[in-house]
Formats: sequence, C-alpha cells, structure tokens
Amino acid sequence: MSTTTPAAAPPRVSQPPAPATARTVRRHWLEHGLVFTLPFLVVYALFLVWPLLWGVKMSLTNEDIAGTHSDYVGLDNYADALSDPDVWSSLWNTIWFTVLSTVPLVVMGLVFALLAHHLRFVSWLWRLSWFTPFVLPSGVVCLLWLWVIYPSDFGFADQLLDFLGLHPGIGWLTDTRYAMLSVVLTTVWWTVGFNFLLYLAALQAIPQHLYEAAELDGAGAWHRFRSITLPMLNRTTGVVVVLQLLASLKIFDQVYIMTGGGPDDSTRPILQYVYQTGFTGYRVGYASAISYIFFALIVIVSLIHLRLTRRSREENPA
Amino acid sequence: MSALTAVRNALLPRGEEDSGGRTARWTPGRIALLCCAILLAVLWLLPLAWALATSLKPDNETTDTGFHWIGSHLTLDAYRKVWESGDLPRWLFNTAYIASVTTVLTVLLTAMAAYGFSRTRFRGQKVLYGLVLAGIMVPPQVLIAPLFAEMVSLHLVDTYWGVILPQVAVPAMVFILVKFFEGLPRELEEAAYVDGAGRWRVFWQIVIPLSRPVLAAVAIFTFIQTWNNFLWPFLVTTDPNGMTLPVGLVNVQSSFGVRYAQMMASVIIGGLPLLVVFVFFQRQIVRGVAHTGLAGQ
Repeated sequence: MSTTTPAAAPPRVSQPPAPATARTVRRHWLEHGLVFTLPFLVVYALFLVWPLLWGVKMSLTNEDIAGTHSDYVGLDNYADALSDPDVWSSLWNTIWFTVLSTVPLVVMGLVFALLAHHLRFVSWLWRLSWFTPFVLPSGVVCLLWLWVIYPSDFGFADQLLDFLGLHPGIGWLTDTRYAMLSVVLTTVWWTVGFNFLLYLAALQAIPQHLYEAAELDGAGAWHRFRSITLPMLNRTTGVVVVLQLLASLKIFDQVYIMTGGGPDDSTRPILQYVYQTGFTGYRVGYASAISYIFFALIVIVSLIHLRLTRRSREENPA
Repeated sequence: MSALTAVRNALLPRGEEDSGGRTARWTPGRIALLCCAILLAVLWLLPLAWALATSLKPDNETTDTGFHWIGSHLTLDAYRKVWESGDLPRWLFNTAYIASVTTVLTVLLTAMAAYGFSRTRFRGQKVLYGLVLAGIMVPPQVLIAPLFAEMVSLHLVDTYWGVILPQVAVPAMVFILVKFFEGLPRELEEAAYVDGAGRWRVFWQIVIPLSRPVLAAVAIFTFIQTWNNFLWPFLVTTDPNGMTLPVGLVNVQSSFGVRYAQMMASVIIGGLPLLVVFVFFQRQIVRGVAHTGLAGQ
C-alpha cells in the first residue's frame, strides 16, 4: 500500500531527524507499522479474502472442478438452489440438528456448571470428566461413539440399556427416527464441556454478598437461584446460545463420519450437500452458490452475536 | 494413588483450593448434588473407559455379549498391530508437524499484526483492521470450493503447505490480541523508545514477554484446533501418506472390519496427545475459554 509514507513516530516520543542514507531508509521502512501487519494481511488476502471473492464469481458460472467450460450464467445457480428440494431438505436437517443440539448443550452446560460450582469439591474431577471430550478430534470421538452405539446386541449402549431393564433393539444409526438423535447424543457428549466452562466462569463472577443478603432475608435455595443466579447469567446465556448456534449450524464431521448423511439423506446437513455437489458431483459453481446461501444464515446469527457482545461491553466496560 | 495426585495437581489451577474458600457442611441437599454429579461424571467417562477396555482385549473377544470389561487376559496386541501394520506413525508425524507449524506461524503473524494495529499508525490502518474484523464472521467451511480450486492452481493439493496456509489466517486471534495489547501499560514501551530502542526490540523484548499468558492461550487453541480439524485436511489430501490422524482414521475406518480392539487402540492413540496437552495446559485452556471465549468460533 503506502510504502512511501514516512515511519510514524512512536507515540508521544520525538525522534531526531536522521540523515537519509540507504540504511536509514531501510530502517524507517522496517520501523513502519504496516510491516508488522503485512505478513498476516498477505496470508489473509490469499486464503480468505481471495477465495471469498473468487467464490462469488464461481457461483455465477457453471464451472466444474477442472475449470473447463466456465460460462457466465448469472444468478441461475442461486435460482436453481432455491428450487432444489435437496437444498431445502439439507437446510432443514441443519436447522433441526441445531435446535436439537443447542437446547441440551446449553441446559446441560448450565447444570454441570451449577453442580461443580455448588459442590466446591474435587473440581478437577468434574473438569476432567466433562471437558476432556472437547479436546479430542471429531474423527476420534465419532469412531468411539460408533463403537459405543452402533453394533447392535454387543454395542455398549444397547447392553447398558439392557442391563437397566430396557430392551431397545433400535437401529441407532439406521433408523430415520433415531439417526439424528444419535448424532446429537455424540455431539452433546463431545462439546458440552465448552459451555460448562463458560457458565462456570460466569457463576464464579457473581458477587457472593448477593447470596448472603438473600439468605439473611430468608430466601430459599430455589428462590435464590431464580432471583439472583439466573438473572446474573442472562448475558452469558445469550453468548453461549449464539456461539452454540454458530457451531451447530456448521455440522459436518459427525454426520459424515457416523451416518454419511443417511439413512435416506435424513441427517445430511447443508455442508455435506455442498461437498457432494462440489467435490463428488463436480458442480463447483452450484456448490459455491449453496455455500453463500448458507453463509447468509451464518452472517445473520453472527450479527446477533456482535450486538450481544457490544451490548455486554457497554453494560460492563472492562 | 500417586498418579491420581499428580493428575489432580496438574488439573488444579494455581491458588484454587478444592473447598473454594468457605467449607460448606454436608447437608442432605449437598449430598444429593454430589450423587448427581458423580453419576453424570461416570456417564461421561464410560465411553472413554469402554474404548480403553476394548483396546486391551484380544480381538476375538470384543464382540462377546455381556459386560466384560476385561477379556480373558489383558493384552497390548491391538496397539502393537496398528502401530506396526498401519500408517498410524506416519499420520501422527503429519499431524504433529502440521499442527506445530500452523501454531508457530499463527502466533507469530497474528501477534505482529495485532501489534501493528494497536500500537502504530499508518495510512489505511482503520480500513484494513475493519476488513480483518469482518473476516471473523466468515466460516472457513464456506470457502471450501473456491479454496480448493485455488489450491489446485497453486499446486498445493496433497502438500503440507496446502493444509497449513488456509488455517493460519485467523482474524479472531488478531482481534483477541489487539484487545490484550490495548490493555497493556505503555510506560515501559515509551521508556524503551527514550533509551533508543526500535519498534522491533520493543515488540520482542517488552510486548511479547508481557503477553505470554494470552499468547500461550492462542497457541494452545490453535494447536488443538489444527490437530482436530477434519474438513479441510480431508478435502485437500488424497494421498494416504499425507493425511492427518483424524482424516486417516476415518479413511480406513471400514478396513478395520470387526477388529474392534485395533480400532479402539487407534482411537486411543489418536486422542492421547490431546489428553496430554489438556492435562498439562489445563489452566491456560480453562482461562482461554472463560476469558476470551477462545475456540468458540
């Protein structure tokens, strides 16, 4: 950009003017603020900004993966996508998964945090058991859960339910009624630890004197929870819900590894449909168009997130 | 027992006591809470324990019905077999290499950029920073088709750099570091300028050491995320020799057939490095999640 701009002086410190030798010019350039940001900006431009713009162009063509016949087709891809029943069904699957997973992930995150916070006892154990799965790769988690639920009869989940007197005999991943729930179950086990930690930190930040005052007033445990804990957690809940929505909307790994989108495409999320049209169906232009429809959804949720964080900063200037 | 103590010490953030200040009495309500917590903790640990138990069985006993946690004898056979026959060591190396290089590059580039945005003034700075912030909203998953086309034309498919480079440009990390740098007191830096130090010396010798905790958090999260990333390495590697561990495991999933002990041994080996990272850096990880919402993207 502006390579000729003289180096900005460090704040509030004057520097003596240096004679303009080649050495000092080089030194000035190296001292220049843009140099610090340039390496990042180059990578950012090449691998984020450029593909983002290139994708828009691709979505307006009928390009295939080899780059041959790439004709401008205007908004045809978008029109096709909006009338493609597979787009709608995979969008619906994505949203359905998001709803099904967000509710237990938020509620259980809060329950775990409340338990750990109120027990104040072996806190390392709770963290170990509830947060550990979060650091594992999705591939590892999904293969593990395939082994836990999938083999009927000798599968661990079936045997556990059998032991408890239930005889499920359900097709965890082969029955359209249960496949999505199995993916949700795996996801809850895997990622609830993140929300647990966010809630735990928020609980620890609630001033203790509020509870002591309420206790003096004779408020019971339930009343203290309703009138102090929950309102004080409002902001955290907002952030947790939005972060969870963003994470759940991007569902791909668990479905791809565990069900491949089946049975009957009943679990296939939008990202897998993008993958199928673009990478196995070679309709890259069409895949890009679907990507941007998905992106619009993400942007809407992100903007809500931005509003929430901005409001929380205004209410609570650090 | 001593191993348990060691794990506990590693897991306990400094200065935090188990009792957390005032010691509460064991009322019936609290005992009920404890029972709930223990039940849920056991429920969460069971799948991991079952995987571990399976991996230590002889292969032909894994499909026996009934709760047999331990087979006729404990054996490391499955581990030996997957280590010797499979691509596992290769994938472990690939993953470690890719995760390490990505982490070093990300920390270096984002820290420099954050310093540039928070401490210097140059033409176009506001616009560029706005552009970086806007990028936080772009999920990498949206870019897969054009990014792959770009990798084809750059001849980076099936290379380490093809996996690494798209994972380095993380605008959220720049944002977190800018926020942190803005909170640092400027007096030390100004004193250094008076003493004749240049920007780079100030950056390396004052800003970086002062930012060690936040840089550690950024590094740990980048490492975990890169190690665990599935979609992009899965798309950009077709050669089994270049795969990362999660991608490789999923790729050969079906070839395990009914050799579940070997499959679970691979799963344990695949998860172990992360468990070690977690136990050692638990304090930074907890702080990273709690205070910066890191890894929430």
